[in-house]
Amino acid sequence: MINFFQNLGKVTLSGFSKLGRSTFFLLQVLSGISSVIPRPRLLIAQLYSVGVLSFLIITISGLFVGMVLGLQGFYILSDFGAEEALGVMVASSLVRELGPVVAALLFAGRAGSALTAEIGLMKATEQLSGMEMMAIDPIKRIISPRFLSGFLAMPLLAALFSSIGVIGGHIAGVEMLGVDEGSYWSQMQANLDFQDDIVNGIIKSIVFGFVVSWIALFEGYDAIPTSEGVSRATTRTVVNSAFAILALDFILTALMFGDI
Amino acid sequence: MDNSVNLNSDIVSIQNVSFSHGSRKIFDDISLTIQRGKITAVMGPSGTGKTTLLKLIGGQLTPDKGSIEVDKENVHQLKRADLYTLRKRMGMLFQSGALLTDINVYDNIALPLREHTRLSESMIRTLVLMKLHAVGLRGARDLMPNELSGGMARRVALARAIALDPMMIMYDEPFTGQDPISLGTLVKLIKELNNALKLTSIIVSHDVKETASIADYIYVLSGGKIIGQGTPEQIKNSDSEWVQQFMKGDADGPVHFHYPAIDYQNDLFET
Ligand SMILES: Nc1ncnc2c1ncn2[C@@H]1O[C@H](COP(=O)(O)OP(=O)(O)OP(=O)(O)O)[C@@H](O)[C@H]1O
Ligand SMILES: [Mg+2]
Repeated sequence: MINFFQNLGKVTLSGFSKLGRSTFFLLQVLSGISSVIPRPRLLIAQLYSVGVLSFLIITISGLFVGMVLGLQGFYILSDFGAEEALGVMVASSLVRELGPVVAALLFAGRAGSALTAEIGLMKATEQLSGMEMMAIDPIKRIISPRFLSGFLAMPLLAALFSSIGVIGGHIAGVEMLGVDEGSYWSQMQANLDFQDDIVNGIIKSIVFGFVVSWIALFEGYDAIPTSEGVSRATTRTVVNSAFAILALDFILTALMFGDI
Repeated sequence: MDNSVNLNSDIVSIQNVSFSHGSRKIFDDISLTIQRGKITAVMGPSGTGKTTLLKLIGGQLTPDKGSIEVDKENVHQLKRADLYTLRKRMGMLFQSGALLTDINVYDNIALPLREHTRLSESMIRTLVLMKLHAVGLRGARDLMPNELSGGMARRVALARAIALDPMMIMYDEPFTGQDPISLGTLVKLIKELNNALKLTSIIVSHDVKETASIADYIYVLSGGKIIGQGTPEQIKNSDSEWVQQFMKGDADGPVHFHYPAIDYQNDLFET
C-alpha cells in the first residue's frame, strides 16, 4: 500500500517535472525562431525533408480514405435518394475532420518519429554538446528550424490530404457507382462554408502541427542518450502525439461546431 | 590583446571540486591548475572522469561543490551569453568527434566561422582549407562524416576545434584510433599549434608515451583524487606506487583493473 502511494507520488512528480521541462523547452524554441528568419536556408532544407518524408504516405492515404468515404457515403445517401449530396458529404468530412486528424496522425508516425530519432541520435553522439561547446545554441540552429517547418508543413499536408480525398471520393462515387458528376461538384461548392469548414479545418491542422512538432522535438531532446533511450523516445512521440491529436480534436470540434 | 601581463598566470583554476553522477562520486574535492601557454596532460585509467573534468571546465556540467575559473571567470556563475562568449575562446575535441552528420567535412569546419564571424565565403574557404591541410585531410573536404574512419573523424574535429583560433584547446583522447604515421603527425601538430599560436592545451589521455613526450605538466587521476602530478620527468621517477603502476601499465597494484565486484570465484560458482 505504501509502495502504491510512493509510486503514485513518483509518477506524479516526474510527470510535473517533464511538463515543466517541456514548457521551458517550448519557450526556448519559440524564442529561437527569430534567428531562423534571417537564415531561410535552414528552414527550406527542413521543409523539404519533412515534406518529402510525408508526401507519399499522405497522398496515398488521402486517396483511399476518400474512396472509402465515397463508397460508404453512397450506400447511406442512396437509401434516402440523396446521392447528389455525396460531394458535399465527402468534402466536409475531409475538410472538417479527417483531413486534419488523419494527416496529423500520419505526420506524427512518419515525420514526427523521424525527428525524435534524429535529435535523439544527435544527442547520443554528442553532436548537440559539440555545438554547445562551439558556442552555437543547438536549439536555435537545430530545433527551431525543425519546429517551424513542422508547424508550416502540417496545414499544407492536411490540405493535400483533403484535396486528394475529394478526388478519391469522385473516383468511387462518380466513376465507379455512377453519381452525377455535375451534382458531385456543384453540391460541394454550394454547401461548403469557407469560415465553418475550411478555416476551422486549417486552424485544427495548425494546432496539430504545433503540438506534434513540439512533442517530437522535445522527446528527442529529452531522450536518454543511448540507443534504447532513443528508441523509447520515438515510441513515446507516436503514442503521445496520437493522444494529443485526438483529445485536441474533440476540444476544438466542441468549441467550433458544438454549442458547448 | 595584452598577453604579457598574465602570461604566467593560470588559465584554468579548479578549487576543491566535488562532482557525482547520480550516486556515483566521480571527483572528491580535487584542486588543480592549468598554466597558460603550456601543454597540460590529465591522465588516468578509463572511467576515472577525465571527460567529465573537461565538461566541468567547459561549463556543460556543474560541480556539486567548489569552483572552476577559466581566464579569471567563474564558469558556473556566468550568464548564458557570457558563457557562450567564453566558449568561443575554448576549443574542445570530443572523444567521439561529435561532427554534425548531416553536413560534409568542409561545412562542419566552416560552421563555427559562419556562426561567429562575418568573414566572406572566400575567406572562410581559405581558413577551412588551411585548417584541413594542417590535419592532412584537405582532400577529404567533400566527404560526409559517416564516410570517415574514426581516426579521420577525430582529425576533422581537431580542425574544427581550431577554426576560431581559441586561446585554449581541450583534447579528449586525441591519440586513440590513430595509425603510427598520423599519430606522430598529430603529436607534432598539437605541440606546434600550442607553440605557434600561443595556445594552452589540455590533453586528456591514457596513452602514456605520446602524452609524456609533449606535456609540460601531468596530473594523474584515479578514484576521484589526484594521485600524482609533476613534469613528465618527475612523474616517471615518482615514488608513488599508484603512479608507477599507471605509467608502466601493470594490471595489479593499488589501482584495480576491475570495476568493484564480489569475489570472482564466488561469482562464478554462485547458482
Ligand atoms: N551521464 C552519466 N550518467 C551517469 N554516470 C556517468 C555519466 N557519464 C559518465 N558517467 C560515469 O562517470 C565515470 C567517468 O566517466 P568519464 O566519461 O568522465 O570517464 P573517462 O575518464 O573519460 O573514461 P575514458 O578514458 O574511458 O573515456 C564513469 O565511471 C561513468 O560510468
Ligand atoms: Mg573519456
